Amino acid sequence: MHQHARIERWARGTGRLHRLHPAAKIVFVLVTLIAISSLRQHAVAACGSYLALILLLAAATGLPLAGLLKAAATVLPFAFSFALITWFAGQGERAMLLVTRSYVSAAAALLLVGTTPMPALIGGLETLRAPKFLLLVMQFLYRYLVVLFEEAGAIRDAGASRGGSLRSLQLRQAGAAAGVLFARAYQRANAIHQAMVARGFEGTIRSLSPPVFRWQDGLFMTLFCGVSVALRVAFQ
Amino acid sequence: MIVEVKDLRFKYDDGTEALRGIDFSMDRGETIAFFGANGSGKTTFALHLNGLLRGEGKIQVAGLAVNDGNLQKIRQKVGLVLQDSDNQLFMPTVLEDVAFGPLAAGVEVREGERRAKDALERTGMLHKSGKAPYHLSAGEKKRVAIAGILAGDPELLILDEPTTFLDPPGQRSLQTLLSALPQAKILITHDIPFAASLTNQAVFFHQGRIAAKGNLREIVERFDWQALTTS
Ligand SMILES: Nc1ncnc2c1ncn2[C@@H]1O[C@H](COP(=O)(O)OP(=O)(O)OP(=O)(O)O)[C@@H](O)[C@H]1O
Ligand SMILES: [Mg+2]
Repeated sequence: MHQHARIERWARGTGRLHRLHPAAKIVFVLVTLIAISSLRQHAVAACGSYLALILLLAAATGLPLAGLLKAAATVLPFAFSFALITWFAGQGERAMLLVTRSYVSAAAALLLVGTTPMPALIGGLETLRAPKFLLLVMQFLYRYLVVLFEEAGAIRDAGASRGGSLRSLQLRQAGAAAGVLFARAYQRANAIHQAMVARGFEGTIRSLSPPVFRWQDGLFMTLFCGVSVALRVAFQ
Repeated sequence: MIVEVKDLRFKYDDGTEALRGIDFSMDRGETIAFFGANGSGKTTFALHLNGLLRGEGKIQVAGLAVNDGNLQKIRQKVGLVLQDSDNQLFMPTVLEDVAFGPLAAGVEVREGERRAKDALERTGMLHKSGKAPYHLSAGEKKRVAIAGILAGDPELLILDEPTTFLDPPGQRSLQTLLSALPQAKILITHDIPFAASLTNQAVFFHQGRIAAKGNLREIVERFDWQALTTS
């Protein structure tokens, strides 16, 4: 299954974290990301503690821990290539810091998107008064991504049904297929946008069940932001 | 008059002249079938009726000129069921999707949900309310797309190929559903028995023009527009 589809399935769960107001989770993850990115010393130990915190929360809400660790590893190739450059520049410790920080940050972000479906996430950002433009961009990026995956699947199936396989594609053909893929995804996304407009879309999507910010959400937010900050201070 | 179009012309970006001077009008409550070859301009014309495409010429829908100031109002009055329902469904669940139109129009949440459920009931899709639209079968998607339009209670319904993917009972229930609706309807279809069960008025598109308008049977005869004849 596609990574993206798997995370979307996680997000539809009903665990403790899933039921929290998106804004509470966004604030917690943001605070944690800022704390992680400001780490200078004891980075590995600190990142280890943050990862433990994230895994604890993930377990409490029923996300598959192994799956989360694996999905977070998607950032490693990018992180490694930057780390390598840093390494060659003679900064071994910074390279190490870069990799661990990216990995734990990815895990934190996954905790958020793995417990909050995209429309709810956008709703949460709206509650936090994020600029409307940013929300629109996010909605469309998300739409394009979904469509891109769908179209990739459709093209793969069409190829397979004519006896080909992705592996047997020559590089040139693969390039052409990728071009078609983007053109198709673009056209689909446009058609979807057109359909949204046809049905009265003017920039905001209203949900049937807009979440209410309850005391539990406030408690979670205060408590765990506190933990993140405390960890950061402890590894000063 | 629900629709009045004068000398409508439209060219796609790649230069294709899809509409070459269309004159068309229909009354409130009337049902008209659109026939014509693939590529003759039927879908392009339909997209003009709620301002998704803007060509040269004059268009009035439900007493409003199609222009920037009126678009939002017009889109509430015209319910367009697209040829490809995959593009039409974009919310995470069926219920949210069907409620999209009413909510976008500013209806209060409980009322939006009530209208969505009512529309799903009428299309026989209420039991799929919680499902993700992209996991439905093609025929189910079509019904949900139609429910999404009905939930907005438009004055004009435009259905582009509504029967594709519907199984025979599905086609019959769509026929029953549509015939009970008082709104004006445009049925773009290659399915003549289906069209004939709902109206005796037809228009024939040919290369971006309306070649004929009148009695459905006569038009089918004149353009030899019967797919197959059963002996
Ligand atoms: N996005 C587009 N860009 C360029 N040309 C287009 C586009 N969409 C349609 N056309 C062209 O415009 C003409 C009219 O197309 P349209 O889709 O309106 O036909 P139609 O009567 O709905 O056909 P069908 O019965 O196959 O649905 C065709 O020649 C088609 O190739
Ligand atoms: Mg068409």
